[in-house]
Amino acid sequence: MKGIIRSFLLTPPEKSSLLNIPRGEVVVKMQGITKRFPGVTANDHVDFELRAGEIHALLGENGAGKTTLMNILYGLYRPDEGEIYVGNRRVKIGSPKDAIKLGIAMVHQHFKLIESLTVAENIALCIEEYKFFSHIQDVKKNIGELSEKYGLRIDPDARVWQLSAGEKQRVEILKALIRRAKILILDEPTSVLTPPEKRELFKILRRMAEEGCGIVFITHKLHEVMEVSDRVTVLRKGRVVATLQTSETNPKQLAKLMLGKEIPLRPITHTASLTYKEAPILEVRNLYVLNDRGSLAVKGVSFEVFAGEIFGIAGVSGNGQRELIEAITGLRKVKLGNIILMGEEVTNRTPKDIIERGVAFIPEDRLNMGIAQDLSISENLILKKYRYTPFSGHLFLNLDHINKWVDKLIKEYNIITPSSRLPAGVLSGGNIQRLILARELSGNPKLIVASNPTRGLDVAATNFVRSLLIEQKKRGVAVLLVSEDLEELLMLADRIAVIFEGKFMGVLPTSKADVNRIGLMMAGIEMAKVRS
Amino acid sequence: MEHWLVPPLKVAIEAGTPLLLASLGELYTERSGVLNLGIEGMMLMGALSGFIVALITGNPWLGLLSAMIVGGLMGALHAFVCISLHANQVISGLALSMLGVGLSGFIGKRFVGIPLKATFGVSPIPLLNKIPILGSILFEHNVIVYISYILAIILWLILHRTKMGIMIKAVGENPAAADAAGVDVYKVRYVCTIFGGVMAGAAGAYLSLAHIPMWVENMTAGRGWIAVAIVVFATWDPLRALLGSYLFGGVEALQYWLQPWGIDPSLLGTLPYIATILVLVIIGSSKRLRRAMSAPSALCKPYIREEKVV
Repeated sequence: MKGIIRSFLLTPPEKSSLLNIPRGEVVVKMQGITKRFPGVTANDHVDFELRAGEIHALLGENGAGKTTLMNILYGLYRPDEGEIYVGNRRVKIGSPKDAIKLGIAMVHQHFKLIESLTVAENIALCIEEYKFFSHIQDVKKNIGELSEKYGLRIDPDARVWQLSAGEKQRVEILKALIRRAKILILDEPTSVLTPPEKRELFKILRRMAEEGCGIVFITHKLHEVMEVSDRVTVLRKGRVVATLQTSETNPKQLAKLMLGKEIPLRPITHTASLTYKEAPILEVRNLYVLNDRGSLAVKGVSFEVFAGEIFGIAGVSGNGQRELIEAITGLRKVKLGNIILMGEEVTNRTPKDIIERGVAFIPEDRLNMGIAQDLSISENLILKKYRYTPFSGHLFLNLDHINKWVDKLIKEYNIITPSSRLPAGVLSGGNIQRLILARELSGNPKLIVASNPTRGLDVAATNFVRSLLIEQKKRGVAVLLVSEDLEELLMLADRIAVIFEGKFMGVLPTSKADVNRIGLMMAGIEMAKVRS
Repeated sequence: MEHWLVPPLKVAIEAGTPLLLASLGELYTERSGVLNLGIEGMMLMGALSGFIVALITGNPWLGLLSAMIVGGLMGALHAFVCISLHANQVISGLALSMLGVGLSGFIGKRFVGIPLKATFGVSPIPLLNKIPILGSILFEHNVIVYISYILAIILWLILHRTKMGIMIKAVGENPAAADAAGVDVYKVRYVCTIFGGVMAGAAGAYLSLAHIPMWVENMTAGRGWIAVAIVVFATWDPLRALLGSYLFGGVEALQYWLQPWGIDPSLLGTLPYIATILVLVIIGSSKRLRRAMSAPSALCKPYIREEKVV
């Protein structure tokens, strides 16, 4: 009986025709795909082709239509025009269920896992053949075999909420492996991975490709395209600009194709002459903060940020950066120590009090912390102002003033949207960040606290964010910039502190910093012991 | 001689059975992410239609069946409004409750006080009822009580041991992820919501065909609300719902025994709600319990596939 069930478990339905497609043959052909959203054409007559056994990079800026195109292939969106062929057969993909039946798997940028279920239960969910009794033991055995074969270490009994981002991605890949997907789509898979995890992922993808799987790799990072793909299709503003053999192209050409024009990074001038004689805007003294699990995340950190300075904090994520920032912005209780803002003690004050003192916050989690997704763009823009004149009187909102002000901000910060009445949650990542910046910076802050403000943004949006931060700094604003992007810190910051397991390994002026030295400090070696 | 424990526990089971039936259905509905506050109205409509059909046909089974159909139809209406039209679940549920109260009162006017002959009488299970003490507590009831025992166990098994259970839980926790895994979110929610209605209808029929075999206006007397509370009290688990139903059934029975002692029945009537709030407080105070026992994350949230604009 168990044997029968197991054989059921691993026999894919109706996709045997796909299994026989030899490497190099076309498995997916998308022709003339057009998808319009209100006010925007996300895909404009896109042609795309995937062969068995290749890793095909889909390159483009945010908003270029890469994810939309793949969501169409995975049945999440329906195209307005165009045809899809899978294994030479014209197909209609109305839902992910249809896509799964055709042998298509997709690893989304934000993982589609059920946090309260175990790894094994999440995987059992996607096994079509398995009808009723879930025989978790069999699923577990399959997971064991596959994870050994591909080197995907995972505990099948762990609940998903206990896993790290890298582990969650492994679960998603296991889901594809266990149903023997012939077509695997990965949407920005490296954005959550550490460098070793990334190498491991690339190794697994290579292996899957060698076994005949066709892989679509969505990214906007040029070096990843060069490193992992066989072919690359470049999208710009919803249209295909080119499809090339990776071996016959180079990053420079790709960048040009992707952006349409070369956007040079603005040269940055460091304020070499900062004297640090005036009183600091922000002073943190011997700070201790707990994390969500109740253990110490910040252990005795002290530093000062002065007017007209960008103070950078470098470090691998999860070393206490989040807790530190949340303590400063009043979102998290301080266990011990002091936070002093322009000479006044603000330790454990409410966020409202801290905002009123002139602190702007650009959170890392834009979607959930930065905006209220269901509120309109204009409501989001006045979220920190609505209660003050001239935005409201004693009783009513002053809509005239609000509308004028919102229109001005949308123009000034280049937020691309058909209307300010749309819910903010429907905007793309870059536009959401512009909205947050518009709200935060328009209040003339004294201190800006920014956490990974350019993560996941395309080149244009990244440049925009960076130039705004520099502009603010020149106006005499103090900026506390937490970033995992070391190059960004070297480019923007005047001083860089390196945090490791809740402690500063050292603080050094950017002029004396170099990547190797900071790299060692990020690994937990104190500055005094690092020889430059 | 009967043991002194037998009568109170027996009554607790008798009074707890309609609560159990309704809460089992509601539990599945909520596990799939739909809140149905229309239970009270669905029970009343079930009680009335069951009564009428049993009165006319003389067959309690047909009465039960029609009650389940009526409950299922009301569940389908709730499903349509909440799932397909993405309406507010609380409002739709409350509306259905009031509709059920009003409509059953209106239609039932002519049937008030008519005695019913075709009822589910007590039918002890031979041999099993000879087990000392437990035998007469558990196995000297009407058929629906026995069915409800089995149902609670089967529903527990389905929820925790089958793929169907994983699908339901997945849809209630994270419909977007379930959708991406190939689960038909709308279908699962429809089935669970209609099932909840069917069970509420059956619970109503139990009242009018077995518990108090007649039709009285508003005869559910708030039991539908207690069933909703039991789901929370049971932290969305069928076997704990069984326990909760008998506990609150016992409280209901207690009212009559304690009344002569000067204890106000309305005061006792608040006990289920107080117990529910206590459970919520206990769960809320511990992080681990919150992870393991809290409400389905997508409860009350309509599912629409995300569509980005810009």
